Amino acid sequence: MNEFMLIFRHQDGKAVASPEQIQIWMKQTMDWIGGIAAQNKFSGGNGLPFDDARVVWPNDVVTNGPFGEIKETIGGYIIVKADSVDEAVAFAKGCPVLQGDGNSVEVRKIARGDGLH
Amino acid sequence: MSHHELIPHLFRTEFRKITAVLCKAFGLEHMAVAEDLASETFLAALETWSYKGVPPNPTAWLYTVAKNKTRNYILRTQVFADKITPLLQEAEATQEAFSIDLSPGNITDSQLQLLFAICHPSLPVESQVALALRMLCGLGIDEIATAFLASKDTINKRLFRAREKLRTAGIVLAFPGPAEIPARLDAVMTTLYLLFSEGYYSESQDTMLREDLCLEAMQLTHLLVAYEPTNLPPVKALLSLMCFHASRFEARRGRHGEPILYDEQDETLWNQNLIVQGAYFLYGAATGGCLTKYHLEATIAYWNTQKADTPEKWEAILQLYNQLLSIAYSPVAALNRTYALSKARGKAVAIPAAEQLKLERNPFYFALLGELYTDVNSARALQYFEQALSVARTAGDQQTIRKKIDRLRDG
Repeated sequence: MNEFMLIFRHQDGKAVASPEQIQIWMKQTMDWIGGIAAQNKFSGGNGLPFDDARVVWPNDVVTNGPFGEIKETIGGYIIVKADSVDEAVAFAKGCPVLQGDGNSVEVRKIARGDGLH
Repeated sequence: MSHHELIPHLFRTEFRKITAVLCKAFGLEHMAVAEDLASETFLAALETWSYKGVPPNPTAWLYTVAKNKTRNYILRTQVFADKITPLLQEAEATQEAFSIDLSPGNITDSQLQLLFAICHPSLPVESQVALALRMLCGLGIDEIATAFLASKDTINKRLFRAREKLRTAGIVLAFPGPAEIPARLDAVMTTLYLLFSEGYYSESQDTMLREDLCLEAMQLTHLLVAYEPTNLPPVKALLSLMCFHASRFEARRGRHGEPILYDEQDETLWNQNLIVQGAYFLYGAATGGCLTKYHLEATIAYWNTQKADTPEKWEAILQLYNQLLSIAYSPVAALNRTYALSKARGKAVAIPAAEQLKLERNPFYFALLGELYTDVNSARALQYFEQALSVARTAGDQQTIRKKIDRLRDG
Protein backbone atom coordinates (compact mmCIF):
# COMPACT_ATOMS: atom_id res chain seq x y z
CA MET A 1 0.00 0.00 0.00
CA ASN A 2 1.39 3.37 -1.02
CA GLU A 3 0.63 6.82 0.24
CA PHE A 4 -0.30 9.64 -2.09
CA MET A 5 -0.58 13.33 -1.40
CA LEU A 6 -3.54 15.08 -2.97
CA ILE A 7 -2.64 18.75 -3.29
CA PHE A 8 -5.43 21.26 -3.88
CA ARG A 9 -4.51 23.97 -6.35
CA HIS A 10 -6.67 27.06 -6.49
CA GLN A 11 -6.70 29.23 -9.56
CA ASP A 12 -7.60 32.37 -7.66
CA GLY A 13 -6.56 32.37 -4.03
CA LYS A 14 -7.92 35.83 -3.42
CA ALA A 15 -11.53 35.06 -4.22
CA VAL A 16 -13.60 35.65 -1.12
CA ALA A 17 -16.56 33.39 -0.64
CA SER A 18 -19.63 34.05 1.48
CA PRO A 19 -19.78 32.42 4.91
CA GLU A 20 -22.70 30.40 3.61
CA GLN A 21 -20.64 29.11 0.70
CA ILE A 22 -17.66 28.41 2.93
CA GLN A 23 -19.87 26.39 5.21
CA ILE A 24 -21.14 24.34 2.30
CA TRP A 25 -17.58 23.69 1.09
CA MET A 26 -16.52 22.73 4.57
CA LYS A 27 -19.33 20.23 4.89
CA GLN A 28 -18.56 18.80 1.46
CA THR A 29 -14.89 18.46 2.33
CA MET A 30 -15.72 16.75 5.62
CA ASP A 31 -18.03 14.31 3.83
CA TRP A 32 -15.38 13.64 1.21
CA ILE A 33 -12.69 12.96 3.81
CA GLY A 34 -15.15 10.93 5.90
CA GLY A 35 -15.85 8.73 2.86
CA ILE A 36 -12.14 8.05 2.39
CA ALA A 37 -11.61 7.50 6.12
CA ALA A 38 -14.54 5.04 6.16
CA GLN A 39 -12.50 2.89 3.77
CA ASN A 40 -9.54 3.15 6.17
CA LYS A 41 -7.60 4.97 3.47
CA PHE A 42 -7.13 8.37 5.13
CA SER A 43 -3.70 9.16 6.59
CA GLY A 44 -3.98 12.86 7.40
CA GLY A 45 -4.30 16.31 5.96
CA ASN A 46 -4.34 20.02 6.60
CA GLY A 47 -5.76 23.19 5.26
CA LEU A 48 -3.21 25.89 4.44
CA PRO A 49 -4.74 29.24 5.36
CA PHE A 50 -3.56 32.39 3.64
CA ASP A 51 -3.13 34.28 6.90
CA ASP A 52 0.50 34.64 7.83
CA ALA A 53 1.62 33.25 4.49
CA ARG A 54 4.98 34.45 3.18
CA VAL A 55 7.16 33.74 0.22
CA VAL A 56 10.89 33.82 0.78
CA TRP A 57 13.04 34.78 -2.22
CA PRO A 58 16.80 34.84 -2.71
CA ASN A 59 18.71 37.68 -1.06
CA ASP A 60 16.50 37.94 2.02
CA VAL A 61 13.50 39.15 0.09
CA VAL A 62 10.25 38.18 1.79
CA THR A 63 6.85 38.93 0.32
CA ASN A 64 3.39 38.55 1.77
CA GLY A 65 1.18 35.69 0.83
CA PRO A 66 1.55 33.29 -1.99
CA PHE A 67 -0.13 36.00 -4.08
CA GLY A 68 1.29 38.55 -6.42
CA GLU A 69 3.28 37.03 -9.23
CA ILE A 70 2.04 33.56 -8.43
CA LYS A 71 -1.42 33.06 -9.82
CA GLU A 72 -2.03 29.63 -8.50
CA THR A 73 -2.06 28.86 -4.79
CA ILE A 74 -2.11 25.71 -2.71
CA GLY A 75 -5.10 25.60 -0.40
CA GLY A 76 -4.46 22.36 1.42
CA TYR A 77 -3.62 18.72 1.05
CA ILE A 78 -4.59 15.32 2.29
CA ILE A 79 -2.64 12.09 2.34
CA VAL A 80 -4.42 8.90 1.33
CA LYS A 81 -3.46 5.25 1.29
CA ALA A 82 -3.96 3.60 -2.10
CA ASP A 83 -2.84 0.47 -3.91
CA SER A 84 -2.26 2.37 -7.14
CA VAL A 85 -2.16 5.86 -8.51
CA ASP A 86 -5.49 5.09 -10.19
CA GLU A 87 -7.11 4.50 -6.82
CA ALA A 88 -5.65 7.77 -5.53
CA VAL A 89 -6.96 9.53 -8.64
CA ALA A 90 -10.41 8.07 -7.99
CA PHE A 91 -10.33 9.64 -4.50
CA ALA A 92 -9.13 12.96 -5.95
CA LYS A 93 -12.05 13.06 -8.39
CA GLY A 94 -14.44 13.47 -5.47
CA CYS A 95 -12.61 16.52 -4.08
CA PRO A 96 -14.99 19.49 -3.68
CA VAL A 97 -12.19 21.89 -4.69
CA LEU A 98 -12.75 20.71 -8.27
CA GLN A 99 -16.10 22.54 -8.35
CA GLY A 100 -14.16 25.81 -8.76
CA ASP A 101 -13.24 26.88 -12.28
CA GLY A 102 -9.61 26.27 -13.04
CA ASN A 103 -8.91 24.49 -9.75
CA SER A 104 -7.08 21.20 -9.78
CA VAL A 105 -5.91 18.41 -7.51
CA GLU A 106 -2.40 17.19 -7.98
CA VAL A 107 -1.76 13.54 -7.06
CA ARG A 108 1.78 12.70 -5.95
CA LYS A 109 3.17 9.49 -4.58
CA ILE A 110 5.05 9.87 -1.30
CA ALA A 111 8.53 8.37 -1.33
CA ARG A 112 8.77 5.76 1.38
CA GLY A 113 12.47 6.04 2.03
CA ASP A 114 12.86 2.29 1.79
CA GLY A 115 15.31 2.50 -1.10
CA LEU A 116 12.75 1.37 -3.63
CA HIS A 117 11.71 4.82 -4.82
CA MET B 1 -32.33 -11.13 49.99
CA SER B 2 -31.10 -14.72 50.22
CA HIS B 3 -27.43 -15.56 50.32
CA HIS B 4 -27.70 -17.08 46.84
CA GLU B 5 -28.20 -13.64 45.39
CA LEU B 6 -26.03 -11.84 47.85
CA ILE B 7 -22.77 -13.65 47.20
CA PRO B 8 -22.30 -12.98 43.48
CA HIS B 9 -23.09 -9.34 44.03
CA LEU B 10 -20.64 -9.05 46.91
CA PHE B 11 -18.07 -11.14 45.11
CA ARG B 12 -17.95 -8.73 42.19
CA THR B 13 -17.42 -5.66 44.36
CA GLU B 14 -15.39 -7.09 47.20
CA PHE B 15 -13.15 -9.44 45.24
CA ARG B 16 -11.52 -6.50 43.52
CA LYS B 17 -11.00 -4.65 46.79
CA ILE B 18 -9.56 -7.56 48.72
CA THR B 19 -7.33 -8.66 45.84
CA ALA B 20 -6.05 -5.15 45.26
CA VAL B 21 -5.22 -4.59 48.92
CA LEU B 22 -3.46 -7.96 49.18
CA CYS B 23 -1.50 -7.32 45.97
CA LYS B 24 -0.49 -4.00 47.39
CA ALA B 25 0.65 -5.62 50.65
CA PHE B 26 2.54 -8.53 49.06
CA GLY B 27 3.77 -6.99 45.83
CA LEU B 28 2.64 -7.84 42.33
CA GLU B 29 4.87 -10.89 42.08
CA HIS B 30 2.54 -12.61 44.53
CA MET B 31 -0.59 -11.74 42.60
CA ALA B 32 -1.72 -15.36 42.41
CA VAL B 33 -1.54 -15.67 46.21
CA ALA B 34 -3.69 -12.57 46.60
CA GLU B 35 -6.20 -14.00 44.17
CA ASP B 36 -6.31 -17.36 45.95
CA LEU B 37 -6.79 -15.80 49.37
CA ALA B 38 -9.62 -13.64 48.08
CA SER B 39 -11.25 -16.67 46.43
CA GLU B 40 -10.90 -18.72 49.63
CA THR B 41 -12.57 -15.93 51.56
CA PHE B 42 -15.65 -16.16 49.37
CA LEU B 43 -15.61 -19.92 49.54
CA ALA B 44 -15.65 -19.62 53.32
CA ALA B 45 -18.63 -17.27 53.07
CA LEU B 46 -20.47 -19.75 50.89
CA GLU B 47 -19.76 -22.57 53.32
CA THR B 48 -20.71 -20.61 56.42
CA TRP B 49 -23.56 -18.37 55.32
CA SER B 50 -25.34 -21.22 53.58
CA TYR B 51 -25.89 -22.84 56.95
CA LYS B 52 -25.83 -19.99 59.43
CA GLY B 53 -27.35 -17.21 57.40
CA VAL B 54 -25.88 -13.99 56.12
CA PRO B 55 -24.11 -12.02 58.88
CA PRO B 56 -25.43 -8.53 59.69
CA ASN B 57 -22.42 -6.84 58.13
CA PRO B 58 -21.25 -9.14 55.32
CA THR B 59 -18.44 -6.87 54.17
CA ALA B 60 -16.88 -6.63 57.63
CA TRP B 61 -17.19 -10.41 57.93
CA LEU B 62 -15.37 -10.86 54.65
CA TYR B 63 -12.57 -8.50 55.64
CA THR B 64 -12.07 -10.27 58.97
CA VAL B 65 -11.92 -13.64 57.23
CA ALA B 66 -9.56 -12.27 54.58
CA LYS B 67 -7.26 -10.95 57.30
CA ASN B 68 -7.31 -14.26 59.17
CA LYS B 69 -6.69 -16.28 56.04
CA THR B 70 -3.78 -14.04 55.19
CA ARG B 71 -2.31 -14.41 58.65
CA ASN B 72 -2.67 -18.19 58.52
CA TYR B 73 -1.17 -18.31 55.08
CA ILE B 74 1.85 -16.34 56.21
CA LEU B 75 2.38 -18.54 59.26
CA ARG B 76 1.94 -21.68 57.18
CA THR B 77 4.25 -20.75 54.38
CA GLN B 78 7.68 -20.28 55.75
CA VAL B 79 9.29 -19.11 52.52
CA PHE B 80 6.60 -16.55 52.00
CA ALA B 81 6.90 -15.42 55.58
CA ASP B 82 10.65 -14.95 55.29
CA LYS B 83 10.24 -12.67 52.35
CA ILE B 84 7.07 -10.79 53.06
CA THR B 85 6.56 -10.64 56.80
CA PRO B 86 9.56 -8.42 57.49
CA LEU B 87 8.21 -6.00 54.92
CA LEU B 88 4.78 -6.02 56.44
CA GLN B 89 6.19 -5.56 59.92
CA GLU B 90 8.33 -2.75 58.73
CA ALA B 91 5.36 -1.08 57.09
CA GLU B 92 3.18 -1.26 60.16
CA ALA B 93 4.97 -1.14 63.46
CA THR B 94 1.91 -2.26 65.38
CA GLN B 95 1.48 -5.12 67.78
CA GLU B 96 -0.46 -6.99 65.11
CA ALA B 97 2.29 -8.07 62.77
CA PHE B 98 0.19 -9.42 59.89
CA SER B 99 -2.48 -6.78 59.77
CA ILE B 100 -3.81 -5.98 56.32
CA ASP B 101 -5.06 -2.44 55.83
CA LEU B 102 -8.65 -2.69 54.60
CA SER B 103 -9.52 0.95 55.24
CA PRO B 104 -11.56 2.72 52.53
CA GLY B 105 -8.62 4.96 51.60
CA ASN B 106 -6.22 2.07 51.11
CA ILE B 107 -8.86 0.07 49.23
CA THR B 108 -9.39 2.88 46.72
CA ASP B 109 -5.67 3.55 46.27
CA SER B 110 -4.86 -0.13 45.86
CA GLN B 111 -7.57 -0.65 43.26
CA LEU B 112 -6.38 2.29 41.20
CA GLN B 113 -2.74 1.24 41.45
CA LEU B 114 -3.65 -2.29 40.43
CA LEU B 115 -5.56 -0.88 37.46
CA PHE B 116 -2.48 1.06 36.37
CA ALA B 117 -0.23 -1.98 36.86
CA ILE B 118 -2.52 -4.26 34.86
CA CYS B 119 -2.69 -1.73 32.04
CA HIS B 120 1.08 -1.51 31.86
CA PRO B 121 2.35 -0.88 28.31
CA SER B 122 4.59 -3.94 28.50
CA LEU B 123 1.52 -6.22 28.37
CA PRO B 124 -0.39 -6.94 25.16
CA VAL B 125 -3.82 -5.32 25.21
CA GLU B 126 -5.71 -8.65 25.16
CA SER B 127 -3.78 -9.76 28.24
CA GLN B 128 -4.60 -6.48 29.97
CA VAL B 129 -8.29 -7.03 29.36
CA ALA B 130 -8.17 -10.66 30.53
CA LEU B 131 -6.20 -9.72 33.63
CA ALA B 132 -8.58 -6.86 34.40
CA LEU B 133 -11.54 -9.22 34.11
CA ARG B 134 -9.90 -11.66 36.51
CA MET B 135 -8.27 -9.36 39.06
CA LEU B 136 -10.50 -6.30 39.00
CA CYS B 137 -13.87 -7.69 38.01
CA GLY B 138 -13.58 -11.01 39.82
CA LEU B 139 -14.65 -13.04 36.81
CA GLY B 140 -13.97 -16.76 36.82
CA ILE B 141 -11.92 -18.41 34.08
CA ASP B 142 -14.98 -19.92 32.43
CA GLU B 143 -16.78 -16.57 32.47
CA ILE B 144 -13.80 -14.89 30.79
CA ALA B 145 -13.67 -17.72 28.25
CA THR B 146 -17.38 -17.18 27.53
CA ALA B 147 -16.91 -13.45 27.11
CA PHE B 148 -13.97 -13.90 24.72
CA LEU B 149 -15.46 -16.93 22.96
CA ALA B 150 -12.19 -18.69 23.76
CA SER B 151 -11.34 -21.94 25.53
CA LYS B 152 -10.56 -21.98 29.25
CA ASP B 153 -7.15 -23.31 28.37
CA THR B 154 -6.40 -20.29 26.20
CA ILE B 155 -7.50 -17.91 28.92
CA ASN B 156 -5.46 -19.71 31.57
CA LYS B 157 -2.36 -19.51 29.42
CA ARG B 158 -2.97 -15.86 28.65
CA LEU B 159 -3.36 -15.02 32.34
CA PHE B 160 -0.30 -17.06 33.26
CA ARG B 161 1.85 -15.28 30.71
CA ALA B 162 0.51 -11.90 31.78
CA ARG B 163 1.35 -12.54 35.45
CA GLU B 164 4.81 -13.78 34.49
CA LYS B 165 5.35 -10.64 32.49
CA LEU B 166 4.28 -8.39 35.36
CA ARG B 167 6.61 -10.29 37.67
CA THR B 168 9.67 -10.28 35.41
CA ALA B 169 9.17 -6.67 34.35
CA GLY B 170 9.40 -5.73 38.03
CA ILE B 171 6.30 -3.56 37.92
CA VAL B 172 5.35 -2.17 41.31
CA LEU B 173 2.00 -1.08 42.63
CA ALA B 174 2.24 2.67 42.78
CA PHE B 175 0.65 5.71 41.24
CA PRO B 176 2.47 6.89 38.14
CA GLY B 177 4.12 10.27 38.54
CA PRO B 178 2.32 13.36 37.19
CA ALA B 179 4.50 13.44 34.05
CA GLU B 180 3.76 9.79 33.32
CA ILE B 181 0.01 9.98 33.84
CA PRO B 182 -1.14 11.03 30.35
CA ALA B 183 0.65 8.18 28.57
CA ARG B 184 -0.26 5.55 31.16
CA LEU B 185 -3.83 6.79 31.28
CA ASP B 186 -4.19 6.20 27.53
CA ALA B 187 -3.53 2.50 28.05
CA VAL B 188 -5.90 2.36 31.02
CA MET B 189 -8.67 4.04 29.02
CA THR B 190 -8.14 1.68 26.08
CA THR B 191 -8.53 -1.32 28.38
CA LEU B 192 -11.63 0.09 30.07
CA TYR B 193 -13.10 0.94 26.67
CA LEU B 194 -12.45 -2.62 25.45
CA LEU B 195 -13.85 -4.05 28.66
CA PHE B 196 -17.03 -2.08 28.15
CA SER B 197 -17.23 -2.94 24.45
CA GLU B 198 -16.63 -6.59 25.25
CA GLY B 199 -19.80 -6.45 27.29
CA TYR B 200 -21.76 -4.23 24.92
CA TYR B 201 -20.96 -5.88 21.60
CA SER B 202 -19.71 -9.33 22.57
CA GLU B 203 -21.03 -12.27 20.63
CA SER B 204 -21.46 -14.19 23.84
CA GLN B 205 -25.05 -15.26 24.47
CA ASP B 206 -24.96 -14.53 28.16
CA THR B 207 -26.73 -11.17 28.41
CA MET B 208 -26.48 -10.81 32.16
CA LEU B 209 -22.76 -11.48 32.15
CA ARG B 210 -22.28 -8.98 29.34
CA GLU B 211 -24.14 -6.24 31.19
CA ASP B 212 -22.10 -6.97 34.31
CA LEU B 213 -18.92 -6.42 32.31
CA CYS B 214 -20.19 -3.02 31.24
CA LEU B 215 -21.05 -2.10 34.81
CA GLU B 216 -17.63 -3.21 36.04
CA ALA B 217 -15.92 -1.08 33.38
CA MET B 218 -18.07 1.85 34.51
CA GLN B 219 -17.17 1.36 38.17
CA LEU B 220 -13.48 1.40 37.35
CA THR B 221 -13.90 4.52 35.24
CA HIS B 222 -15.77 6.12 38.14
CA LEU B 223 -12.70 5.41 40.30
CA LEU B 224 -10.52 7.30 37.83
CA VAL B 225 -12.89 10.26 37.82
CA ALA B 226 -12.91 10.31 41.62
CA TYR B 227 -9.10 10.43 41.74
CA GLU B 228 -8.06 14.04 41.11
CA PRO B 229 -4.89 13.46 39.00
CA THR B 230 -6.84 11.27 36.56
CA ASN B 231 -10.05 13.29 36.60
CA LEU B 232 -9.27 14.56 33.10
CA PRO B 233 -11.50 15.47 30.13
CA PRO B 234 -10.87 12.25 28.12
CA VAL B 235 -11.73 10.11 31.17
CA LYS B 236 -14.96 12.02 31.67
CA ALA B 237 -15.75 11.63 27.97
CA LEU B 238 -15.21 7.88 28.29
CA LEU B 239 -17.50 7.67 31.31
CA SER B 240 -20.11 9.78 29.53
CA LEU B 241 -20.01 7.39 26.57
CA MET B 242 -20.50 4.43 28.88
CA CYS B 243 -23.44 6.07 30.67
CA PHE B 244 -25.24 6.86 27.41
CA HIS B 245 -24.78 3.33 26.10
CA ALA B 246 -25.73 1.69 29.37
CA SER B 247 -28.93 3.75 29.47
CA ARG B 248 -30.31 1.45 26.74
CA PHE B 249 -29.67 -1.88 28.46
CA GLU B 250 -33.34 -2.44 29.33
CA ALA B 251 -34.57 -1.40 25.91
CA ARG B 252 -32.10 -3.31 23.76
CA ARG B 253 -33.10 -6.81 24.78
CA GLY B 254 -36.51 -8.43 24.51
CA ARG B 255 -38.29 -10.70 26.94
CA HIS B 256 -36.33 -13.72 25.75
CA GLY B 257 -32.98 -11.97 25.54
CA GLU B 258 -33.31 -11.29 21.81
CA PRO B 259 -31.74 -8.03 20.64
CA ILE B 260 -34.03 -5.09 19.85
CA LEU B 261 -32.61 -2.63 17.37
CA TYR B 262 -32.44 1.05 18.11
CA ASP B 263 -35.31 2.03 15.82
CA GLU B 264 -37.65 -0.43 17.48
CA GLN B 265 -36.69 0.31 21.06
CA ASP B 266 -39.25 1.61 23.50
CA GLU B 267 -37.55 4.81 24.63
CA THR B 268 -39.55 4.93 27.84
CA LEU B 269 -37.28 2.06 28.89
CA TRP B 270 -34.16 4.18 28.43
CA ASN B 271 -32.63 4.90 31.81
CA GLN B 272 -33.04 8.66 32.25
CA ASN B 273 -30.80 8.71 35.27
CA LEU B 274 -27.87 7.36 33.24
CA ILE B 275 -28.64 9.76 30.39
CA VAL B 276 -28.46 12.67 32.82
CA GLN B 277 -25.17 11.35 34.20
CA GLY B 278 -23.83 10.94 30.67
CA ALA B 279 -24.71 14.55 29.87
CA TYR B 280 -23.09 15.70 33.12
CA PHE B 281 -19.79 13.98 32.36
CA LEU B 282 -19.86 15.09 28.72
CA TYR B 283 -20.27 18.67 29.90
CA GLY B 284 -17.29 18.16 32.22
CA ALA B 285 -15.28 16.67 29.35
CA ALA B 286 -15.71 19.78 27.26
CA THR B 287 -12.89 21.68 28.92
CA GLY B 288 -9.33 22.02 27.75
CA GLY B 289 -8.27 21.79 24.16
CA CYS B 290 -8.21 18.07 23.54
CA LEU B 291 -10.69 16.22 21.39
CA THR B 292 -10.32 12.47 21.68
CA LYS B 293 -12.22 9.63 20.08
CA TYR B 294 -14.04 9.29 23.41
CA HIS B 295 -15.33 12.85 23.07
CA LEU B 296 -16.58 12.15 19.56
CA GLU B 297 -18.16 8.82 20.48
CA ALA B 298 -19.78 10.27 23.57
CA THR B 299 -21.26 13.12 21.53
CA ILE B 300 -22.61 10.64 18.98
CA ALA B 301 -24.08 8.63 21.86
CA TYR B 302 -25.62 11.84 23.21
CA TRP B 303 -27.37 12.45 19.88
CA ASN B 304 -28.62 8.89 19.96
CA THR B 305 -30.49 9.66 23.15
CA GLN B 306 -32.68 11.93 21.00
CA LYS B 307 -35.07 9.51 19.36
CA ALA B 308 -36.65 12.00 16.94
CA ASP B 309 -35.31 11.73 13.37
CA THR B 310 -34.42 15.37 12.72
CA PRO B 311 -32.11 16.65 9.95
CA GLU B 312 -29.98 18.37 12.64
CA LYS B 313 -29.46 15.10 14.44
CA TRP B 314 -28.25 13.19 11.39
CA GLU B 315 -26.12 16.04 10.12
CA ALA B 316 -24.40 16.24 13.50
CA ILE B 317 -23.92 12.47 13.72
CA LEU B 318 -22.54 12.30 10.18
CA GLN B 319 -19.97 15.03 10.85
CA LEU B 320 -18.97 13.42 14.13
CA TYR B 321 -18.39 10.10 12.37
CA ASN B 322 -16.43 11.87 9.62
CA GLN B 323 -14.17 13.30 12.32
CA LEU B 324 -13.99 10.09 14.31
CA LEU B 325 -12.96 8.04 11.27
CA SER B 326 -10.23 10.46 10.35
CA ILE B 327 -8.60 10.03 13.78
CA ALA B 328 -9.53 6.42 14.60
CA TYR B 329 -10.81 4.05 11.91
CA SER B 330 -12.91 1.07 12.91
CA PRO B 331 -15.24 -1.04 10.74
CA VAL B 332 -18.19 -0.39 13.06
CA ALA B 333 -17.66 3.40 12.79
CA ALA B 334 -17.39 3.10 9.00
CA LEU B 335 -20.71 1.22 8.85
CA ASN B 336 -22.44 3.65 11.21
CA ARG B 337 -21.08 6.63 9.29
CA THR B 338 -22.60 5.24 6.10
CA TYR B 339 -25.95 4.74 7.80
CA ALA B 340 -25.82 8.37 9.01
CA LEU B 341 -24.90 9.40 5.45
CA SER B 342 -28.09 7.77 4.17
CA LYS B 343 -30.11 9.64 6.78
CA ALA B 344 -28.44 12.99 6.09
CA ARG B 345 -27.85 12.82 2.32
CA GLY B 346 -30.20 10.13 1.08
CA LYS B 347 -29.81 6.55 -0.06
CA ALA B 348 -28.62 7.51 -3.55
CA VAL B 349 -25.47 8.96 -1.97
CA ALA B 350 -25.08 6.30 0.70
CA ILE B 351 -25.36 3.20 -1.51
CA PRO B 352 -22.21 3.83 -3.58
CA ALA B 353 -20.38 4.89 -0.41
CA ALA B 354 -21.42 1.64 1.28
CA GLU B 355 -20.27 -0.43 -1.66
CA GLN B 356 -16.82 1.12 -1.36
CA LEU B 357 -16.38 -0.06 2.23
CA LYS B 358 -15.68 -3.61 1.11
CA LEU B 359 -16.18 -5.20 4.52
CA GLU B 360 -17.21 -8.55 3.06
CA ARG B 361 -16.36 -10.47 6.21
CA ASN B 362 -18.57 -8.35 8.38
CA PRO B 363 -22.20 -9.55 8.63
CA PHE B 364 -23.32 -6.03 9.49
CA TYR B 365 -21.91 -4.83 6.16
CA PHE B 366 -24.44 -6.91 4.23
CA ALA B 367 -27.18 -6.00 6.69
CA LEU B 368 -26.42 -2.32 6.05
CA LEU B 369 -26.58 -2.84 2.27
CA GLY B 370 -29.86 -4.71 2.71
CA GLU B 371 -31.19 -1.82 4.78
CA LEU B 372 -30.11 0.75 2.19
CA TYR B 373 -31.65 -1.20 -0.70
CA THR B 374 -34.93 -1.66 1.16
CA ASP B 375 -37.59 0.46 -0.65
CA VAL B 376 -35.08 1.06 -3.47
CA ASN B 377 -34.64 -2.40 -4.92
CA SER B 378 -36.36 -5.15 -2.94
CA ALA B 379 -34.71 -8.00 -4.84
CA ARG B 380 -31.23 -6.71 -4.05
CA ALA B 381 -32.20 -5.91 -0.47
CA LEU B 382 -33.37 -9.50 -0.06
CA GLN B 383 -30.18 -10.81 -1.61
CA TYR B 384 -28.03 -8.78 0.79
CA PHE B 385 -30.01 -9.77 3.87
CA GLU B 386 -29.67 -13.42 2.86
CA GLN B 387 -25.94 -12.91 2.49
CA ALA B 388 -25.91 -11.27 5.94
CA LEU B 389 -27.78 -14.25 7.36
CA SER B 390 -25.26 -16.69 5.94
CA VAL B 391 -22.38 -14.96 7.77
CA ALA B 392 -24.22 -13.90 10.96
CA ARG B 393 -22.50 -15.41 13.97
CA THR B 394 -24.99 -15.18 16.79
CA ALA B 395 -28.54 -16.43 17.20
CA GLY B 396 -29.66 -12.92 18.09
CA ASP B 397 -28.25 -11.43 14.89
CA GLN B 398 -29.75 -14.21 12.80
CA GLN B 399 -33.13 -13.57 14.37
CA THR B 400 -32.92 -9.84 13.61
CA ILE B 401 -31.97 -10.45 9.98
CA ARG B 402 -34.69 -13.07 9.52
CA LYS B 403 -37.25 -10.54 10.70
CA LYS B 404 -36.07 -8.12 7.99
CA ILE B 405 -36.26 -10.85 5.35
CA ASP B 406 -39.79 -11.82 6.39
CA ARG B 407 -40.87 -8.21 6.24
CA LEU B 408 -39.46 -7.79 2.72
CA ARG B 409 -41.19 -10.98 1.53
CA ASP B 410 -44.52 -9.90 3.02
CA GLY B 411 -44.24 -6.42 1.55
